[in-house]
Amino acid sequence: MPVIERIIKPKTHKGKQAILKREPKIIENAKQTFFIKGLKTTEVLQSCMKNLYILKKPYGQILQRRNDIRPFEDPTPLENFGRKFNASLFVLINNNKKRPNNLIIGRLFEHTIMDIVEFGVEDYKCLTNFKLEKISSDIKPMLVFQGELFESNHEYRRIKNLLIDMFQRETVKQIRLQGLEHVLSFTANDNCILFRSYKVLLKKSGTRVPRIELAEIGPRMNLRIRRTKLATDDLFKQACKKPKELKVKKKKNISEDNLGKTLGRVHVGTQKLNTIQTRKMKGLRKTLTERKSERKRKQVITEEDNAKKIKVNTDENNI
Amino acid sequence: MDIVNQILDNENNKNDCIQQLINVEKEIDVDIDEGTLLVSDYNTLNLKAPSKLEPNLEALTRDNVQLLINKIWTLPIKCVEEVILAELPKPKYVLPRSRKLPKPKSLTKWQQFAKDKGIRTKKKGRSKLKWDDLLQKWIPTYGFRNVEAEKQKEWLVECHDDGKPIQDPFVALKASKNEKKAKNELQRLRNLAKARKVKIPKVGFPSSEHFKDSKQLSMGAKIAEVSTASMGQFNEVLKKNVKKTKGKKVTKKKKSGQLKELGTKNKKKPKAGKGNRDFRKKVGGRKRRQ
Repeated sequence: MPVIERIIKPKTHKGKQAILKREPKIIENAKQTFFIKGLKTTEVLQSCMKNLYILKKPYGQILQRRNDIRPFEDPTPLENFGRKFNASLFVLINNNKKRPNNLIIGRLFEHTIMDIVEFGVEDYKCLTNFKLEKISSDIKPMLVFQGELFESNHEYRRIKNLLIDMFQRETVKQIRLQGLEHVLSFTANDNCILFRSYKVLLKKSGTRVPRIELAEIGPRMNLRIRRTKLATDDLFKQACKKPKELKVKKKKNISEDNLGKTLGRVHVGTQKLNTIQTRKMKGLRKTLTERKSERKRKQVITEEDNAKKIKVNTDENNI
Repeated sequence: MDIVNQILDNENNKNDCIQQLINVEKEIDVDIDEGTLLVSDYNTLNLKAPSKLEPNLEALTRDNVQLLINKIWTLPIKCVEEVILAELPKPKYVLPRSRKLPKPKSLTKWQQFAKDKGIRTKKKGRSKLKWDDLLQKWIPTYGFRNVEAEKQKEWLVECHDDGKPIQDPFVALKASKNEKKAKNELQRLRNLAKARKVKIPKVGFPSSEHFKDSKQLSMGAKIAEVSTASMGQFNEVLKKNVKKTKGKKVTKKKKSGQLKELGTKNKKKPKAGKGNRDFRKKVGGRKRRQ
């Protein structure tokens, strides 16, 4: 609801701005993420969470306290956090005997839970374990998804969508070519997603396009998929709606030829060949008889009209 | 010469290797979305022994990234302050929004009216500031610092000199302003209710909403008539109830064109007309004695 349509108006300008900031927008800002700890965690999980936070940095927020949240049973606390921080992505870690090293990634739509996916973290290797020069921070990563499962399996397809949402950062119109430094690769391999992060080295190749070499910078982990709670197709479709204002209308009848010239096609109505004024010539003139016959025809028409009128009159009289 | 050839061959081989590294070929073409910098490779994986998993993965990823880089390097390039920028197209990959689409703001009653009538209130280039002759400076017509200026202007109000004690003009001014505020608030709430489609009771004369039936209405009127202490004995007779003695009005239909003429012809008229007068026929006038 826009500010003007509130019953109680905000009193200060600052308050109004704060409310406006939370209003739905046509073009949305980059999604915010909050990172939360469950009741019990492990060192591996905490380091994992911190590493993910580093990858997300200006769009994330780590919460310090532990919370007893079980998103698959009761997601309301998560929804409340989402409303509070105006964030629509979350990462939750918890550890228990049945499911050790749980990393739960999810997203909200309109402050209600849409997707939740639970991963088990295996073979974790921290950022600091890789003794390499790291990349500069706040860089839009290139995302690579490998494996046929990402196309054939519905669940994996949705998880791919979630991971892209999580790691793509903001959408940009331009990108610095030197800034293509970071690659996140996700490989679907028998019920496991292999998460790898590489640094890109641009090498000379003798052509315009550089040759690529990769060096792993971490974090590295294998994410085993556990429980999932995915949105229905209906809800997902609703969430993916595009605003009408942003749709570009196709311009009709404009084309471009091979030389780069724009061509326009103009539609002209049908020509009235009967009344068109052609060249005046003696030969095209109507002859006397023609003119006479035309005059007669006209007369007949008017007489008929008159007769009709008279008929109407007589009818009226009879009545 | 052999050595030279060998060196040249080596060079050629190297170039071929690099070419192979750049022009990666896949069984199924990978999906590339430059807008989100996304590569999706749906080829079947052949990551064999776990000991060789990491190098295999790296090689696979490298190939895919190379394909993406190849695509990005074909995009139009711009140079801004010695930094080379590639212009990315709009992302093709559809991601869900975080909030619903905002609904269009509903129009207020006045806005609706203005739209229907084509009234334009805002003009371009109309300034908020107006020159004030009294203060000799520019003052805002409304909003910030307007009240200040008004106070400076109207610090003294002339009293009429007709001996009557009149109300404090400042109090009256304040009261009228408060009234305006209240009215404005009421209108705002009414517009809100309209926007949210909430039904609110109407004020003023009872309308068809209060009485759905004409019988109900007459019943209501009758009950109101006798609802006095004297059961309506001393009530004045309402004007409405006095019967009109005048006759009914007859509505006339306008006749158009030829019908009009016909009508006049049918009416009684001296039959003797212009031109077709029959002298043998006695028409009109006093009867002659015979």
